[in-house]
Amino acid sequence: MTTINLNGKSTRVDADPDTPLLWVLRDTMQLTGTKYGCGIALCGACVVHLDGQPVRACTTPLSAAAGKKVTTIEGVHAGRVGKAVQAAWQKLDVVQCGYCQSGQIMSAVALLAQNRKPTDADIDAALAGNICRCATYVRIRAAIHEAAGALS
Amino acid sequence: MRRAYSIETGEVRIENESRRHFLQRAAGLTLAVYLPAAGAAAGRGLAGGKIAGGAKFEANAFVHIGADDSVTVFAKHLEMGQGSYTGLATILAEELDAAWPQVRVEGAPADAKRYNNLFWGPTQGTGGSTAIANSWEQLRKAGASARAMLVGAAARRWNVPAGEISVADGVVMHKGSGKKSTFGQLAKAAGEQPVPAEVTLKDPKDFKLIGKRIPRKDSPDKTTGKAVFTQDIHLPGMLTAAVAHPPLFGAKVKSFDAGKARAVKGVVDVVQIPSGVAVLGHDTWSAKKGRDELVVEWDESAAFKLGSAEIMARYREAAKAPGVVARKEGDADQALTAATRKFEASFEFPYLAHAAMEPMNCVVRLNKDGTCEMWNGEQMHTLDQARVAGLFGLAPEKVSIHSLYAGGGFGRRANKDSDYVLETAQIVKAISGRAPVKLVWLREDDMRAGYYRPMFYHTLQAALDEQGNPIGWKHRLVGQSIMAGSPFEKMTVKDGVDAVSVEGAANLPYQIPNLLVDLHTPTDIGVPVLWWRSVGSTHTAFSTEIFIDELAVAANKDPVHFRLALLGKHPRHAGVLKLAAEQAGWGKPLAPGKAGERRGRGVAVHESFNTFVAEVAEVTVRADGSLTVDRVVVAVDCGVAVNPDVIRAQAEGSVGFALSAVLYNQITLKDGAVEQSNFHDYPQIRMAEMPRVEVHIVPSAANPTGIGEPAVPPLAPAVANAIAAATGKRLRSLPIAPDLLKV
Repeated sequence: MTTINLNGKSTRVDADPDTPLLWVLRDTMQLTGTKYGCGIALCGACVVHLDGQPVRACTTPLSAAAGKKVTTIEGVHAGRVGKAVQAAWQKLDVVQCGYCQSGQIMSAVALLAQNRKPTDADIDAALAGNICRCATYVRIRAAIHEAAGALS
Repeated sequence: MRRAYSIETGEVRIENESRRHFLQRAAGLTLAVYLPAAGAAAGRGLAGGKIAGGAKFEANAFVHIGADDSVTVFAKHLEMGQGSYTGLATILAEELDAAWPQVRVEGAPADAKRYNNLFWGPTQGTGGSTAIANSWEQLRKAGASARAMLVGAAARRWNVPAGEISVADGVVMHKGSGKKSTFGQLAKAAGEQPVPAEVTLKDPKDFKLIGKRIPRKDSPDKTTGKAVFTQDIHLPGMLTAAVAHPPLFGAKVKSFDAGKARAVKGVVDVVQIPSGVAVLGHDTWSAKKGRDELVVEWDESAAFKLGSAEIMARYREAAKAPGVVARKEGDADQALTAATRKFEASFEFPYLAHAAMEPMNCVVRLNKDGTCEMWNGEQMHTLDQARVAGLFGLAPEKVSIHSLYAGGGFGRRANKDSDYVLETAQIVKAISGRAPVKLVWLREDDMRAGYYRPMFYHTLQAALDEQGNPIGWKHRLVGQSIMAGSPFEKMTVKDGVDAVSVEGAANLPYQIPNLLVDLHTPTDIGVPVLWWRSVGSTHTAFSTEIFIDELAVAANKDPVHFRLALLGKHPRHAGVLKLAAEQAGWGKPLAPGKAGERRGRGVAVHESFNTFVAEVAEVTVRADGSLTVDRVVVAVDCGVAVNPDVIRAQAEGSVGFALSAVLYNQITLKDGAVEQSNFHDYPQIRMAEMPRVEVHIVPSAANPTGIGEPAVPPLAPAVANAIAAATGKRLRSLPIAPDLLKV
């Protein structure tokens, strides 16, 4: 048994400690908003926050999350930044297929939590780990600026 | 209560179905519209603009109005990001005069009688950018019919003439008496109304939703993690399967040792299936770990073992001889022989994987009552249903499909052989149906599973007269046919030419008096190939639009003017070309780059799936050979713009999608084995590489055509022509070779 704080709730997880957090979330907890895209930290579809920091759940073993705060796309609206980012995404209709967007949003929230007025270069750097095959990048960038404006 | 009406008219037959009849619904209005088969055969390709004949059309139920005021639109097409759910619902809601927030969308079940693609005959499926085009009239009539029935119910309830009743934003009103009712309050009574024999469709000037910026229906769920993809399905007792596939196309399992795999915690079973060995676990991670421990010996005696280099060498050799003629006008050989100013070029294209963010997956469950259920981002309902039914010995209607969102697709989920769907069903069969199975392809499985955009080799020759006018054009293509051997073969393969192989080449729009397009179709290449977003135009737009650009430069003419002079019979090509050029500031000097940077601007125009797109790209090339595409201006003519913002989004995304293929994408084979496996060796563009994109839509009253694919083809040649403008170097292959642009 491993105990994590999952989206604000203390949660006991029955899975091998070496299981990637991604599969714990998706299969054990059935929180399926966090996506599998590559399995080797290349695409960012699985980004979640571990104590507020963005991490790739596909290469983060459950043991690394023990005793820590795990925030997923399902819980990110609890924070002001998460709420603003989700609202901006909806206002600009960023999504297309939507599969990568949980990871994009989690990366964007992590950026804005640290930097309330990111430049385009800041966005390029913070989102560099997230692939979108629909190439919604134009709107992701615009939505991050939109959310930054709403938060200021 | 069960009431059904059926009225046949010459054009439209409408039936109002009871809830018992079809979907299990709360009391309300479910409307079905019959469209009779038009006599005409399908037009060219899968995007043929005519309604296909030969089909026996039955009910198509498209809308349900609930007592809770909800308007549910049943989308017969897959939502894979292209905005089909939003667009289809917009069309119906417009004629219904629904309020947009009350409209919901659900994926329609598999039922080719109700939900066939009207361009494909008796087949339900999504592809060829046809969703909006084939549904336009059908959904307008469905919406207008439902509206008429609501009005009829209100007229009866209020005892006023139907002609005095108006509908707006989901409210039915009678001005004279001041009476008002919501759709929900009228739904049950409307369901008992006779269906109108004829409906009057709106004058486009009265459109309130079509042509306006209204929000996508899938945005909220896709930004909160609630949207359900196949990958997200968990059923009671479900097992997850990972499959060991052969390392070569055509190889088979010789033997395997499952001892270590079975010892992995969470692994439940290991079974052989026709396509490999499946490891079943309680969860994905167990199945994957189990598969990693599997030892399989493969029989490679019948496997395909050529590498990409050998395949391309064969294609170059084949191109030396004439192929099967796809289009012939005048005498191109004679014109080329006689001319003094001659040009030639050859182009090489790799295999391409679709690499959708959601790798292929499917869930299949056999039920005790002899039915089967599938959960899938379903793009080929009728084929997949028939094949799964065939495997289990069931009637097709015993196989139901839950159509879910697809995490991209780009053609991969419309598999002509139902590959991953059938693989899932084979695993269920191998375990005698004792548990539902979710097949999960890991990224590496998805990348190596084949069904690629085919490799192609093109040669082009042309001649200019003394005034710089093209007088001869000869285009030869070599590449595998996608359609041959598929259920769609008859639609596109004729006299040895697969229209899909030469689309965009055989219908070259430029007026050239002597023109020859011919084709070699190798049949001995064992790599499975498939449509990839924009299909034949992925390669034909590149070679033709680069070559025409070269001719313009050789003729010392402006590339836009040169094209326009040859497009006299193609006003829609000319229209987008002019619009893109104007908006891009064509002809005005580009801002210079920094020291050592070379900048250039290039243009391309192309029609695919009856949609016309021109793009102007601006690039910066640095001394180290690296390249930035700074800005792309897109002009689109897709007829009536049902949802302009979705059109803009598709154009933006198509630019980025196509740019990945310009810069990075290629699947290569070595001794038959695919060399790529994941995003490190099959990279995609990322945020910093995305250009600025400006999209302009040509105002049009023409029936709408698609936009999921047509903005892809012009990007690569526009970028290539911009590179040529900047550096003088012409691209001859994709992706761009790393050192090509180094100083």
